[in-house]
Amino acid sequence: MQTAKEAKALGKERLERIIETCVAIENHTVEPFAINLDEIIQIVRQYFPHWQNPDELRLDAEVLHHLATVIKMQSEWVKQRSTSLYTDPFILEEKILQMDKQQMVDIFIDAWNPLVEFEQISINTLAQGLLYWEALAPIVDRWKELEPAEVANAFTSRDELIKQRVLSDKEFSEELNNYWQQLKECVAAKGKDGKVDYWDFIGADTYEETVQRAFLTSFLISYGFATLEIDPLEELVLIEPFQQQRTEPLTLQSKSVPIAVSVEDWQRWKRGESD
Amino acid sequence: MSKKGVYGSKIKKATQLLFYRRHLKPGVRGSELHKSLGSDYPKVLDLLDDYLKPLDLKVKTVFEEENTPEKPTLEELDNARFYVALRGDSSTKDKLIGWRIDDLAGLAITISYIISKKGQVPRKEVEKLLSEKMPNWKVGLNIDRYIRYGYLGEDDNGLLYLDWRTRAEVDQKALISMLLSSETQKKEVAEPTEETNREEQDSV
Repeated sequence: MQTAKEAKALGKERLERIIETCVAIENHTVEPFAINLDEIIQIVRQYFPHWQNPDELRLDAEVLHHLATVIKMQSEWVKQRSTSLYTDPFILEEKILQMDKQQMVDIFIDAWNPLVEFEQISINTLAQGLLYWEALAPIVDRWKELEPAEVANAFTSRDELIKQRVLSDKEFSEELNNYWQQLKECVAAKGKDGKVDYWDFIGADTYEETVQRAFLTSFLISYGFATLEIDPLEELVLIEPFQQQRTEPLTLQSKSVPIAVSVEDWQRWKRGESD
Repeated sequence: MSKKGVYGSKIKKATQLLFYRRHLKPGVRGSELHKSLGSDYPKVLDLLDDYLKPLDLKVKTVFEEENTPEKPTLEELDNARFYVALRGDSSTKDKLIGWRIDDLAGLAITISYIISKKGQVPRKEVEKLLSEKMPNWKVGLNIDRYIRYGYLGEDDNGLLYLDWRTRAEVDQKALISMLLSSETQKKEVAEPTEETNREEQDSV
């Protein structure tokens, strides 16, 4: 004979299965009439006396809630099927294909009431336009020309341009050369097979410095001082310096490789380094 | 001014508001009529409708919701859109109203098909359906034209749906029921008329 505990467990299992079916109906994966509501209500009623604690009662209430939704969907299904707007698309498609143009147009015209509108101008409208034109101020008065602000000419120094970040405090080519040397040193220290991980090279203590290094690295590659090796499967980006500057990348049709250097990437790299 | 005079002037104003396009789409929102004519604008529109009847025209109300309320409230009317349309219950209805028979038949098929598919159909499906009886080069052009006129809309996923003009102009229930009962009509159709033949030749 089934003990009360076993009956409870079985009841819970059945209610959970009912909820699953109801959810499938709500998600339109099962037709609303695929379940026998009378039978389900019998099951709910049968197990109701067993429920004592709040969780069990909540499960019972949840089943009833889902059943109510299914009943609502059944009602909508019936309503939709019973309206004259519901037609089997296949039947309608067949009808449409069988009909000739004239017949189709005759039917459509009976259900069609085109809108009516005027596009005609009247003497009054023209008169209003003329009055407006008369009262309108000339465009030179309405749109006064903006006088360009006077700018004084003066000399500026290289220091001033560096301060304004127009120029770097180093010559760019000199800076790029130094950076190339740094890359070679980095490969010698941390690299393997003459290559080093992209992030191990550009990564710096601050995000700003990292971005600046990524920027310079892009020039190293574009100007033939180094090359990138990308392993899409391992998601690895390696950078390999050339011993001599190569001019081929400047002449061949080069390929752009976007590499995101976001704050998150930088933080991830930092965490990896500290780990 | 007498009551009759007041309504006479309101009817004239309503006529201008309804007949002349003031925005991108024709027609006027109820709230605009409310503002221009006062809260009794539904009565003004009823009177105007009586004036238009002998001309085979009518004031058409399109409510925001799909179903037309039996006794609409002033708020529902304010949110509705009003148009002047052909009444179409007389025998004087000009059959094609400036449309080519092919284009109108294509529109009729497209609208009926979309209705039967609960209001949304992939454009490709409609193109396939139209190309059964229409040259391929014309199918795309026609669909674009129906979209431009406001009969159809197309979303980002390439799904076609019925747009504002179909809601304003086409009695969808009547169209479907007439299509479904068209078998008897088909039997009654005799040999194609000269007009149809000419139209068919034109369309090739």
